Amino acid sequence: MTMIFGIPLPALLGQLLIGLINGSFYALLSLGLAIIFGMLRIINFAHGAQYMLGAFSAYLLLTFTGIGYWGALILAPILVGILGVVIERLFLRRLYGLDPLYGLLFTFGLALTLEGTFRYFYGSSGQPYAAPAALAGGTNLGFMFMPNYRGWVVVASLIVCIGTWFLIEKTKLGAYLRAATENATLVQVFGVNVPVLLTLTYGLGVALAAFAGVLAAPVYQVSPLMGSNIIIIVFAVVVVGGMGSIMGAIVTGYLLGIAEGLTKVFYPEASSIVIFVIMAFVLLLRPAGLFGREA
Amino acid sequence: MRKTLLASAAIFVAGAASAYAAASDGKVKIGILNDQSGVYADFGGKSSVEAAKMAVEDFGGKVLDVPIEIIDADHQNKPDIASNIARQWFDTQQVDAIMELTTSSVALAVQAVAKEKKKIDIVTGAATTDLTGKQCSPYGFHWAYDTYALAVGTGGALVKQGGDSWFFLTADYAFGYSLEEQTSNFVKSNNGKVVGSVRHPLSTTDYSSFLLQAQSSGAKVVGLANAGADTQNAIKQAAEFGLTQSGQRLAALLFTLAEVHGLGLKAAQGLTLTEGFYWDRDDESRKFGERFQKRTGKMPNMIHAGTYSAVLQYLKAVQKAGTDDTEAVSKVLHDMPVDDVFGRGGTVGANGRMFHDMYLLEVKKPEESKKPWDYYKVLATIPGKDAYMDPKKSGCDLVK
Repeated sequence: MTMIFGIPLPALLGQLLIGLINGSFYALLSLGLAIIFGMLRIINFAHGAQYMLGAFSAYLLLTFTGIGYWGALILAPILVGILGVVIERLFLRRLYGLDPLYGLLFTFGLALTLEGTFRYFYGSSGQPYAAPAALAGGTNLGFMFMPNYRGWVVVASLIVCIGTWFLIEKTKLGAYLRAATENATLVQVFGVNVPVLLTLTYGLGVALAAFAGVLAAPVYQVSPLMGSNIIIIVFAVVVVGGMGSIMGAIVTGYLLGIAEGLTKVFYPEASSIVIFVIMAFVLLLRPAGLFGREA
Repeated sequence: MRKTLLASAAIFVAGAASAYAAASDGKVKIGILNDQSGVYADFGGKSSVEAAKMAVEDFGGKVLDVPIEIIDADHQNKPDIASNIARQWFDTQQVDAIMELTTSSVALAVQAVAKEKKKIDIVTGAATTDLTGKQCSPYGFHWAYDTYALAVGTGGALVKQGGDSWFFLTADYAFGYSLEEQTSNFVKSNNGKVVGSVRHPLSTTDYSSFLLQAQSSGAKVVGLANAGADTQNAIKQAAEFGLTQSGQRLAALLFTLAEVHGLGLKAAQGLTLTEGFYWDRDDESRKFGERFQKRTGKMPNMIHAGTYSAVLQYLKAVQKAGTDDTEAVSKVLHDMPVDDVFGRGGTVGANGRMFHDMYLLEVKKPEESKKPWDYYKVLATIPGKDAYMDPKKSGCDLVK
């Protein structure tokens, strides 16, 4: 059997694939964060809680209305996105001109409130959510047993990531958005409704988090704490990729997922800190992140 | 007039004095200290407080003619916070005993405070055998289970049923190591072998890499030496990667009914585990379970039933001793047999360990479950004397 660094090749391939799957979640979540930070200059600490809301929406939709996975994959992001719009209109809007710390504190408080509320009603051990029947089971790839659902996660996240990137970098709407970030007053002079644009951006970022939440529901336990477990890693991904860089967030998400997967083979004890070690090195050598521009 | 006033005052003082002799401050107060908001909130949590209140009601609400009071607090799994609350309770709130104490680090810290203040603590929620070993206390008791009993149950009994090669998924901290080590010992002493292990950081969300390693090891049993959400995620993902379908058996070393419920039978089916209580054991336990469910919305696990038993036994001991004085009550607790819905025929060792039967259980398949909360098949009953460590070998200096 071919060996690489003392690990059989099939095992290594399996771990690479798993890293890619986890990277999909990182990419989706950090994409939303990067959009919100890039356009609104708000450090959205509630992103983890909104991811949790997405998973819970899927669970609640199934329990109370009987809407299954595929319906939830579309409805949950819309519902949570609308909640994001309401939050932006009522609260976040008032914080734009202030020090970024205010936005951070507000969204952090919001995250604690949301998680506390769900923990009060649903406890800490979470709720089960089954994968859709069409994606149940797995495929034997020769080097590993690949659950079909995980394959779907990679495909879905790639489609959404590329779609979002295209929307912002290649369409007219995206051009308005980027222009508004550069100079809001000037864009407004041309007759573009900048406040509405910002509201929609926040809604989109939040909807992306909720989408990741629905994708995660069948893999992890639907639990009030699921967001706080992942949010710190996602922040590290955004920092490594370069704050506000959309492509950076996506590529770094996948790369770090793979780095983490490989660490689990060679030195499992370090797997929870490897991302932060990488972050420290990147900050030392390239303070603006891998894809960021020097300010 | 003045005479009657004087007389009644005298009677009042005398009455108060006699009450003081019995219960030091006119009431018996028990504090339930546990995790009510974190990862173990379902494992014990507010439901344990409810179990304690049931015990008080079943006892009649009064002992030695003074009222019984239950208070509770959330220790957030932090030993420093827990020690502070314990000190406050003992010093300013006249708490007579502290119970439940989920999380080993917290239980050890609070037991040290209780020992220093000469107060009683009865642990039901924590696992470490150190509570009745190196760090035992003359006033400390360990009631529901410990790592040794879990290892005997899951490690020992499973090997006898043919699961003779093991691979461990171990949480990378003291609790995980001791669980892995004690279980390995039982596996080996029953002629089984351990083919490998992997240590994962606490609160890992994705176990697929580790499960893949377990799968390629070819071990018959994959032992999960972790707890709470870690175990749940590992089990859920093991089902996804087809571990059990490929003939491997999953053994959760610390897992209770509360977590099985959270996971659902579909993901948890076939899992082997050890608990000190199952509500569907007999009529008595079913009656207890249904009463508990009416109040909390769920069936009790061994932490809840154990807390009920601990509070009840403590009150019986106060009654028998005729006082709430720590020395006197501790002595009765050590000597008096336990006989309630949880600890049938239980006895307490000199190190404070309560010996009672443990059960090796298998989680049912969804189609085998006939009613709500019908989750377990009992594979074996492990008698109390085999389930727990001999006090002489515990390392506790109170045992002669």
